[in-house]
Amino acid sequence: MAAPPVLELKNIFTSYGSIKALKGISLKVNQGEIVAMIGANGAGKSTTLMATCGIIPIDDGDIFYNGRSIRGLPPEKLPAMGLCQVPEGRRIFPRLTVHENLELGAFHRKDRASIDKDMANVYSLFPALKERNNQQGGTLSGGEQQMLAIARALMTRPKMLLMDEPSLGLAPLLVQTIFDIIHEINEKDGTTILLVEQNANLALQTAQRGYVLETGSIVLEDEASSLLNNPEIRKAYLGE
Amino acid sequence: MDYFIQQLINGITLGGLYALIALGYTMVYGVIQLINFAHGEFFAAGGYVGVILLNYFAGMGYLHSHPWICLGGALIMTMAYCAFLAMAVEKVAYKPLRHSSRLAALLSALGMSIFLSNGLMLTQGVFDKPYPIELTEGGFEFGAISINYLQGMIVLLTIVLLVGLNILVFKTRIGMAMRATAQDKIMSSLVAISSNRIISITFAIGAGLAAAAGIMVGFYYGSVRYDMGFVPGIKAFAAAVLGGIGNITGAMLGGLLIGMVEVFGAGYISGQYKDVFAFVILIAVLYFKPNGIMGENIDDTRV
Amino acid sequence: MIQEFKKIWKTYAIGMIWLFGLLWPLLGIHKNGTLTFGTTFRIWSYIFIGSLFCILIYVLNKSGSLDTAKAPFSKARSKLYDASSMVPNWIWLSIALCAALMYPIFTHRYAQDVAINVLIYICLGLGLNVVVGLTGLLDLGYIAFYGVGAYSYALLSVNFGLSFWMGLPIAAAFSLISGCIIGYPTLRMRGDYLAIVTLGFGEIVRLILNNWMSLTNGPNGILGIKPPGIYIPVFEGGFGFEYFYLKKLHFLFYVALALAVFSIIGVYRLNHSRIGRAWESIREDETAAELMGVNTFLLKLLAYAMGAVFAGLAGAFFAARMRFVSPESFTFLESAMVLSMVVLGGMGSIPGIILGVAALIVLPEVFRGIELYRMLAFGAAMTAIMLFRPKGLIPAKRVGTRSEEKES
Repeated sequence: MAAPPVLELKNIFTSYGSIKALKGISLKVNQGEIVAMIGANGAGKSTTLMATCGIIPIDDGDIFYNGRSIRGLPPEKLPAMGLCQVPEGRRIFPRLTVHENLELGAFHRKDRASIDKDMANVYSLFPALKERNNQQGGTLSGGEQQMLAIARALMTRPKMLLMDEPSLGLAPLLVQTIFDIIHEINEKDGTTILLVEQNANLALQTAQRGYVLETGSIVLEDEASSLLNNPEIRKAYLGE
Repeated sequence: MDYFIQQLINGITLGGLYALIALGYTMVYGVIQLINFAHGEFFAAGGYVGVILLNYFAGMGYLHSHPWICLGGALIMTMAYCAFLAMAVEKVAYKPLRHSSRLAALLSALGMSIFLSNGLMLTQGVFDKPYPIELTEGGFEFGAISINYLQGMIVLLTIVLLVGLNILVFKTRIGMAMRATAQDKIMSSLVAISSNRIISITFAIGAGLAAAAGIMVGFYYGSVRYDMGFVPGIKAFAAAVLGGIGNITGAMLGGLLIGMVEVFGAGYISGQYKDVFAFVILIAVLYFKPNGIMGENIDDTRV
Repeated sequence: MIQEFKKIWKTYAIGMIWLFGLLWPLLGIHKNGTLTFGTTFRIWSYIFIGSLFCILIYVLNKSGSLDTAKAPFSKARSKLYDASSMVPNWIWLSIALCAALMYPIFTHRYAQDVAINVLIYICLGLGLNVVVGLTGLLDLGYIAFYGVGAYSYALLSVNFGLSFWMGLPIAAAFSLISGCIIGYPTLRMRGDYLAIVTLGFGEIVRLILNNWMSLTNGPNGILGIKPPGIYIPVFEGGFGFEYFYLKKLHFLFYVALALAVFSIIGVYRLNHSRIGRAWESIREDETAAELMGVNTFLLKLLAYAMGAVFAGLAGAFFAARMRFVSPESFTFLESAMVLSMVVLGGMGSIPGIILGVAALIVLPEVFRGIELYRMLAFGAAMTAIMLFRPKGLIPAKRVGTRSEEKES
């Protein structure tokens, strides 16, 4: 009997005032998978992640993490359970130093030794951050801030990571670095990843499965390779 | 020259007190963008509970035998009382309105301010309640300049509290969590920081500092009154804005500045209009530097 | 019903324990070294019983047990609403106007006194509404303009012998000017800062009134202000006119009524004009308004000035009616009162504000017996209203509908 999916959304409805944002979203992410969620701007991808973490209230439906319902749970309880999000737009703390931002990633962890080890690891992955370690987050460039956001996510040592547009606004070389990291934590550490991306190509090449979101509903679910070859998807999202 | 130095000392004393009150305003505004009108009432309540405890100790004879322990004990118990009061007010009057309009929260705060000051009046009477200032009589003299023991103690205690707060906010984990929550509430909950807890803690600390200021003011001016929170409250908020709202160092500086301006203004320009100087300075500074002297520290992600 | 109660009993119990703990040090620790719990317990038990009652009602309401009792009321309300919408507005207004005109005939002094107060505060409330309700500027020092208007007329009357009708527009002009002066540096500031700065200005005005002895006589106030007067024809020894002072309360009532009606019409016209639209756009989203070509600074200044004018008119009348002014009448608490009237009644809605003013002036009169607890109740009520009914008694109706609302 297969283990329950790490994350399962069942028929999620959310609204923004009187406007319905999510209309019955259902999806599953299994242990060790990378699942991509693609769709146009405003389709509801970020909303889905925010609803999963409890930041946005859910009108109807349920969310299961490792088989246990997390609907209504305050968001701050999730990192300790292993569920972390790297939200859209970097969202690093502007008036805290790089070092403090990283420390906050590990806020829910208790073991000082392993935190320090991860810190060293992260600094070796991103030497630019080590250089600016005492600088305030808001003074970093866009690319550096994104590095910081990813590094902070690494500090959380998540079992499951929700990533919202990690490639947004970054130079191609940096994007490559980040996706290499995504591959690595998935393969080496077994981190399950739900990847929301506007860059559908990159997302579908990295993931095993994909969901396509359109105006608040899932319109297609398939293996990533099939989606890549799907002519409609190619037309709508892969620029053909 | 002597007059100047005397005023300087007075200014530092008063400025320190304003700084303590301003910190509560600035920290609360930093986390939830609310002008806590009731904060002045925490200051007043501190003044009252302090003298109530001291009178009790006097009645039991402890004040005479162990004055320092009584003072210290009263200080700590009063700060604790006001911390609990502030947390209660937050839970009842502000938390439910966190997602409502700014005006709704502001009016709720206003209502609480009126409620608390009238509560103080009804339970403690309309007349000034005197402080046992015999305890702190005497001082040093340097020629024409006098520093009484009380001023010295106030300045010392203020420095201790301010340094303590600085250490708490900038060098501890909880302080880091407080700063993070002030800058981005959503992101901080995503890194396992409980906004509710941080907000409660912020209120508690702010009120505790105000309570200490209340006791010190009680000694400095000899008595406390149920409405003593209003005018110092708005001046302290002006000081917080002056220094950059949400910015702790800014509030300390702003408080000092407002205290100085008030004392020097009263001494050299006009004693009658001393309350006016604080506002004039505030408006002038905001005109040229709308974000305050040291810059703001609030949640920029909220529009 | 038990389920609903179960949900909240824990929080309620903890809250009651906290209340006791916070109340006790203020009441139970004594100078003579004793600790008592009697007084605290007594007061706490009143609050406990009162709140228990409210919780009971709340729980019954939530679980639907009261629906059968509420049904006839909601039926009556909708029937009333249907009936009233069938009659055109102007008939209601005429009826109201006639009732108002005949009011002094059927009531005695005390009621007329209260009514005049209501009318003055209607002017104030509507003026503040222009600033806070329409334009969204948080003004906590509004009462300063009231004071400027009152003192302007007072000084003009006492020092220059100006009549009320000449003094009224001049007082309004002074208020307008002070509105511009106060508005100019402050309107560049952000919302919350505006609040504290206007509060500061309100205090500054009061302090100046209190301390500038040579001009305003300080805390002693100004006496001997002349009330409004009219020329009436006199037929003794030939035809002539005599200046007759309207000292009688019912005459003052009509003057107040005239001012109130003027304010209502004025605010209504402003509300439904291009300027009113522009103000509302500033309230909704200032940046967008600026981008749409709205000169936000000038319009904010205009809102401020207009609000000040209404306050000035009310102030001049206040001075003429009381025949005495002192800085005591122009405190921050007054500003807060006017603001609560506007918010309680429903920001931006004229009938709402009238109702809010009436409620906040008439109710305390009704409760004059427990004068001591009035302000305490007021503070608690203000918080409670924000918690439970923030939109006010009669919320403003949106002009037009949004497309998304039509969809559902």
